[in-house]
Amino acid sequence: MVHIKLNGVEVWAEADWSLLETMRYYGVDVPTLCHHDGLEDYGGCRLCLVEVDTGGRPRLVTSCTHPVFEGLRVRTHSKWAVETRKVVLELLLARCPTSKTLQDMAAKMGLSEVRFKPRYEDCVLCGLCVRMCEEQMGSGAIVFVNRGQESDITTAFDITSDQCRRCGACMYICPACELRCGGPDAPGVLCGSCASPAPTCLNVYDDAKCYMSETACGTCLGRPKASQDDRGISEGRK
Amino acid sequence: MKSLGSVEELEEARSAIRTGSGSRRRSITVCSGTGCQALGADRVLEAFRDELEKRNLSDEVNLKPTGCHGFCERGPIVVVEPGGVLYPGVEARQVPEIVSRTVLGGEIIDDLLYIDPITGERAVRKDDLAFYRHQQRIIIGDNERLNPGSIEDYIAIGGYAALGKVLSKMTPEDVIEEVKSSGLRGRGGGGFPTGRKWESCRRAKGEPKYVICNADEGDPGAYMDRSLLEGNPHRVLEGMAIGAYAIGSSEGYIYVRSEYPLATKNVQRAIEWAGKLGLLGEDILGSGFDFQVKVVSGGGAFVCGESTALMASIEAKRGEPRPKYIHTVARGLWNKPTTLNNVETWANIPVIIERGAEWYSKIGTEGSKGTKIFSLVGNINNTGLVEVPMGTTFEEIIFKIGGGIPDGRKLKAVQTGGPSGGCIPSQLMDMPIDFDALTKAGSMMGSGGMIVMDEGTCMVDIAKYFVNFLKRESCGKCTPCREGLYQMSEILEDISAGRGEIGQLDLLQQLAQVMRDASLCALGRTAANPVLSTIRYFREEYEAHIRDHVCPAKVCTGLVSYTIDPEICTACGRCRKVCPADAITGERKVPHEIDQEKCIRCGACFETCKFGAIVKV
Repeated sequence: MVHIKLNGVEVWAEADWSLLETMRYYGVDVPTLCHHDGLEDYGGCRLCLVEVDTGGRPRLVTSCTHPVFEGLRVRTHSKWAVETRKVVLELLLARCPTSKTLQDMAAKMGLSEVRFKPRYEDCVLCGLCVRMCEEQMGSGAIVFVNRGQESDITTAFDITSDQCRRCGACMYICPACELRCGGPDAPGVLCGSCASPAPTCLNVYDDAKCYMSETACGTCLGRPKASQDDRGISEGRK
Repeated sequence: MKSLGSVEELEEARSAIRTGSGSRRRSITVCSGTGCQALGADRVLEAFRDELEKRNLSDEVNLKPTGCHGFCERGPIVVVEPGGVLYPGVEARQVPEIVSRTVLGGEIIDDLLYIDPITGERAVRKDDLAFYRHQQRIIIGDNERLNPGSIEDYIAIGGYAALGKVLSKMTPEDVIEEVKSSGLRGRGGGGFPTGRKWESCRRAKGEPKYVICNADEGDPGAYMDRSLLEGNPHRVLEGMAIGAYAIGSSEGYIYVRSEYPLATKNVQRAIEWAGKLGLLGEDILGSGFDFQVKVVSGGGAFVCGESTALMASIEAKRGEPRPKYIHTVARGLWNKPTTLNNVETWANIPVIIERGAEWYSKIGTEGSKGTKIFSLVGNINNTGLVEVPMGTTFEEIIFKIGGGIPDGRKLKAVQTGGPSGGCIPSQLMDMPIDFDALTKAGSMMGSGGMIVMDEGTCMVDIAKYFVNFLKRESCGKCTPCREGLYQMSEILEDISAGRGEIGQLDLLQQLAQVMRDASLCALGRTAANPVLSTIRYFREEYEAHIRDHVCPAKVCTGLVSYTIDPEICTACGRCRKVCPADAITGERKVPHEIDQEKCIRCGACFETCKFGAIVKV
């Protein structure tokens, strides 16, 4: 067992916990995208950055891959950490402007504008599906290919893989593929209305296209699923 | 030669080689580094071989193909002993003359000597050249003295003596102490104290331990590691063996990029020979110490020069970095304690052991000891590899050794540290170069690339070049690096095309800061340096692009247009023929004109015009 200082409070943690596990154990939340409890940590999305001080200069580290050790001091919501996380999310949103998962995170973090050029990619390259396929399904049918801007996730040689058992685990775990929201606004502006208690999305914009399945996106309507039909969601989809 | 079973046998072999080669006093050295080979060194070497054979001199004159001599501007370099007469830029047709007059006649051929472009004086020996005179070549200087394919040559100049000393007289702790007190810092870019790295690795728990030599040099314009590995592979192997002994390892890897075929070949041959002589393998020199080295060929990804990405690549995984919150000295290759140093660092080790830490630490500055090899490239008269003590100023390197800027142009900036480094402006040229001073100036030592830029260089264009390089070469794992570089390149593209807005400079700086703080590995953390340092020193140039829509250096195609001065134009029609867009019209004897609508601003006409009639506006 080790002791760390989490946001000024001294707490204990098991020596083999990651910093993120420790933070979650004590109810401190930071956004995550490429982390999943059942998978090996990757440290790619950089959304779970927190500020740590190990005696030297303070620095930002990804809490999912950082170990805990005696005397570690952590500040999860310092201005530096919060502002940096926001820009990282902004970059992700510029890559995938229609990802519902990212838009919800933005609403939660108070990010209302994306200043970067939208790329309209479908995949956020979090690598969850790759790890799911390899670690949990024992298959390894999909992998990262190429590097830099050409990075992509696909089967080997881009052809149907013999390794793939069509279990669908990759689709199940993907935070970006399925959930798309075209949103009512021009690129760059985030409406955030899904997360708002008084939704504007469907009432205000006649041609809003909501691709959410009813089960996935209830927040927009602010009502239980049963009464969705009389709000005319099916009409909105046309 | 038979296998050497002890240090005494090594010394006996050494004196045998020395007396043996002493009978051949005359020698011809032909630089056969990759640079000189590109300039025809192989043909020159072949011509010498034929000529010597024809005159029955093969046994009397020692013809030696060596590694890179560093003076790449004027290769192939030939040095004739005795006398040390140096002929630059030798061609095969000059060979018979050199053999008959210099080798046999002992005469110096004035016409073939190097003429200093500034003073106009002829230089006979290496030390007469300003390029060599101001250097201190303790590491790369041995390249000139040996054939990289011959272990005898290396032993003759004192090779493997340091390994013998370590195995017979020093404990691993002594070795670490010696390296620590020498003050050697890693030459690969980070500048971490080598002795401390070894110490942590020795203390780390886990077996087996590994040593790795990083020869995945990928910075544009940098080739000192290639030249060392190519020209003196045994020196690197000896350094690695000493390091392995110090940390308690018996297995090493050399990770060479596949773009370096000659280096790969030479080091493989060196491993083979060292193994045959018992200088690698089991029970080295009868000491009981085992050390094997394997060569791994990389696929040429820039990011694989990053230590953890390199290790992933050796493990046959995708070459992407992993978090280093637990250092590689504790959990590196296959999660075992690993010491990774680059080629130049390893090459420094035998020198430190042989001549002592005290001698070594007298060279250099307070925080950076020893010498550093820089590859001096760009707009400079003497392109080549330059080894100087740490603390030498830019001015000395560029003007004394490098011979200044060609065509009487003015110096504008020097880019150091490769794509992750920064641009140092000309007003800071009196700055002594060491790890800390460069970092303070917003750049870094990196592996030692030094790109000299004259006044015709646009700094926005340079920043764009490096950002685009990194955009392609980032592994694509983490968001700030992958997406940040894409957005950075888009913004720079806008600015250089005249579409920029003044607020974008702040956005660039904020983005750069996030990339520095949030990226996973050093590639991403330093990727913004070219942008940050150019904004810091050349902000007015960015503002000219954005506010006035002008590229002061007239480089950015979107902000430059070409016109023809009718007074000068002779209507020769050359420009009309080369124009790929058919934008130039005109008849014979009628001055030509450029249709600005059709012009794609490629500059082909500008380069073709013999009369200087085409003007950039």
